[in-house]
Amino acid sequence: MPTKPDIRIQAEDFDINAEIKKLTQGRTDVGAVVTFSGLCRGEGDTLSALELEHYPGMAEAEINRIAGQAIERFGLLGISAIHRYGKITPGENIVLVIATSPHRQASFDGANFLMDFLKTRAPFWKKNHMASGDDGGWVDAKDADDDALGKWEI
Amino acid sequence: MSIKLIYFAWLRERFGIGEEQVDLPDTIKTISDLFDWLASRSEEFETVMEHRKIIQVAIDQEHVQDADTLIGNAKEIAIFPPMTGG
Repeated sequence: MPTKPDIRIQAEDFDINAEIKKLTQGRTDVGAVVTFSGLCRGEGDTLSALELEHYPGMAEAEINRIAGQAIERFGLLGISAIHRYGKITPGENIVLVIATSPHRQASFDGANFLMDFLKTRAPFWKKNHMASGDDGGWVDAKDADDDALGKWEI
Repeated sequence: MSIKLIYFAWLRERFGIGEEQVDLPDTIKTISDLFDWLASRSEEFETVMEHRKIIQVAIDQEHVQDADTLIGNAKEIAIFPPMTGG
């Protein structure tokens, strides 16, 4: 059965255990599951929320494309990604990536690869809402995120 | 040519609209032409287009790297700042 990425863009939170189960239940070929989740930081209690805007349609399509490349390149058995949008408060989940494979290295690499490309190619934008009520403005893209792509040599 | 333009994040805020249907003059062939045309519309657009080096573009929901890319028969062009998801 060819592996198809499971990509969702949603406002609601996600259940990490339930998502792992979807990739592992009823099969005996999975030897490794790597899970990454990204959370909203409070930045020392200065931030009251992040507001995530996205480009509907393209956001799913881009992550789906990157996930497909990850499956191919690392020989993954499965990959899921969930990215939330809307207002997210400190401590809440923003993004989830789960990769599965027979052995651990492929899953580590697959999850890492997907996150690196998602950061710079998936059309999402974060706006800061400050606890002080000040306008925190839009989050700037980091050069470090662009640099992170270098290690994949494509 | 009638085309949908979509703006995100601070571009959307600065323009005061998220999307619009526009009739582009036939002389607008490339993304670069589109940027020039947008800049000519109002002071607000002109100011935003001063950042054109960092502004990114998707034609029909696919990333475009080169400002010389032809618009062709695109139905929708999105312009936005560098992405900050994840």
